[in-house]
Amino acid sequence: MPSTQELQSLVTQVRRDILRMVHKVNSGHPGGSLGCTEFLVALYNEIMELKDGFNMDGNDEDLFFLSNGHISPVFYSVLARKGYFPIDELNTFRLINSRLQGHPTTHEGLPGVRIASGSLGQGMSVAIGAALAKKLNGDNHLIYSLHGDGELQEGQNWEAIMYAAGNKVDNLIATVDRNGQQIDGGTEDVLPLGDIGEKFRVFGWDVLEIENGNDLNQVIDGLKEAKSRTGKGKPVCIVMTTEMGNGVDFMMHTHAWHGKAPSDEQLEIALAQNPETLGDY
Amino acid sequence: MTKYVDQGKNDTRSGYGAGMTELGRTNPNVVALCADLVGSLKIQTFIDENPERFFQVGIAEANMMGIAAGLTIGGKIPFTGTFANFSTGRVYDQIRQSIAYSDKNVKICASHAGITLGEDGATHQILEDIGLMKMLPGMTVINPCDFNQTKAATLAIAEHHGPVYLRFGRPKVANFTPADQKFEIGKALMLNEGTDVTIIATGHLVWQSLIAAETLENQGISAEVINIHTIKPLDDEAILTSVKKTGCVVTAEEHNYLGGLGESVSRVLALHHPTPQEFVATQDTFGESGTPEQLMDKYGLNNKAIEAAVLKVLKRK
Repeated sequence: MPSTQELQSLVTQVRRDILRMVHKVNSGHPGGSLGCTEFLVALYNEIMELKDGFNMDGNDEDLFFLSNGHISPVFYSVLARKGYFPIDELNTFRLINSRLQGHPTTHEGLPGVRIASGSLGQGMSVAIGAALAKKLNGDNHLIYSLHGDGELQEGQNWEAIMYAAGNKVDNLIATVDRNGQQIDGGTEDVLPLGDIGEKFRVFGWDVLEIENGNDLNQVIDGLKEAKSRTGKGKPVCIVMTTEMGNGVDFMMHTHAWHGKAPSDEQLEIALAQNPETLGDY
Repeated sequence: MTKYVDQGKNDTRSGYGAGMTELGRTNPNVVALCADLVGSLKIQTFIDENPERFFQVGIAEANMMGIAAGLTIGGKIPFTGTFANFSTGRVYDQIRQSIAYSDKNVKICASHAGITLGEDGATHQILEDIGLMKMLPGMTVINPCDFNQTKAATLAIAEHHGPVYLRFGRPKVANFTPADQKFEIGKALMLNEGTDVTIIATGHLVWQSLIAAETLENQGISAEVINIHTIKPLDDEAILTSVKKTGCVVTAEEHNYLGGLGESVSRVLALHHPTPQEFVATQDTFGESGTPEQLMDKYGLNNKAIEAAVLKVLKRK
């Protein structure tokens, strides 16, 4: 297991990767990516039981599904730095003939990705299917998934939430990134989501909260707690409050950086706030 | 003319059910999902014999498609079941992203396709599903013609790796293909050799084409009848070989002429051998309530419509 200091260094380096990736192609989604950096770093480097290499079926290891596919920069950076593919390949993000498509896909054969996502609201159903396959295979490993809060406005989620509780899919930990922002503004202004945890609870899930999803220790503790609650007849939901754009002062407290790349000057400022730790790609 | 005998009317959906029963016994990776239509899909025996491999998802087709995609990760071969309308149009984006674009080995099995679903009317009839599915890259599209062929197709798609749309229907129709006929995906079947016109038919219209061919023979017209059970990938070679001989073609399907088998055949002909063609299909319209026979008659989808189309296309040679 890496030390907290090592993980924190990785968090900072991943933030640099995110910023540099979207800056280079002047497109992509930095806001949500920066907000979920601690979560994905902790998940892949501290929490999940993973086998070496990549096999689509993922037998005898934990699996992760990214439902809010637009935060592909953080996903790609974490996958690359975990060793799924060469770190230098981050250079090809969103370029033609790249395996790093704007939104994640299996179609180009990028190791680490098991489902395409981007059109929102589909990931929880897929995660449930993979969890059911694990049960059929007698594989006790877990399924993790990540969902945007705004994404919960898609109705398919509620079909999936109902199904998972009704069918005791208790090898699933679904995390909701509660950053309160979506493209057109605050989630409570665009279409109020209300108390997300309470909604999952009344549907029959075991719900816990991570109050600060940008505090690495809180994220690790929350994920460990969630893990301890699996296998008890209920799917587990984590409502994780994050700050969109976290780590870059001018990207926080606004939804403006949902899908916007920084200029040259802005990049310089942002990178200065996240000094290089493990080496840029 | 080759004689075909109806071995006893049966519904193609029961062919699916029979295929699933057999797969339940022979292929441990096959799992079934259903959106509150177990009786309609005829899969009760599969469920009774393999309860742990059946997933009742309720009236939630979008979730069903996603769960099916997820089940493939771990090596399962999911067969989803609901009406054709709810298997395609309702869940197009789920199929597109989570199944087709994600290269998932899901079998989308759709009952009550076309207008012959009958009395429920246009909300439940779908005449656009072949078009929707054939446009998806990598999707195989199959529309078998009778009970035996549907059962054989069900078995065959389990052996094929990749997403498949299998379309079948509700009414009891003639069961005339051999029970032991092997189903080869993408391989057209020559049902009757002829010299004057080629009739290319799929699904319920295949039997109607055979009836039409018999009537036409009595009028001195020799009709070649080809059963295209696989609309994608299409058997271009079988089509071209026949049309080069006969010089004209009638396509017959229980589907809108836009987006259906007929247009796929037109493309092959336009590229390789431009040929007069008539379309037996619905004419860019929704269906309505009625008995299957009444609807097939009103919307020009029976042997009489095929005969009229043959007479028309012969004049264009």
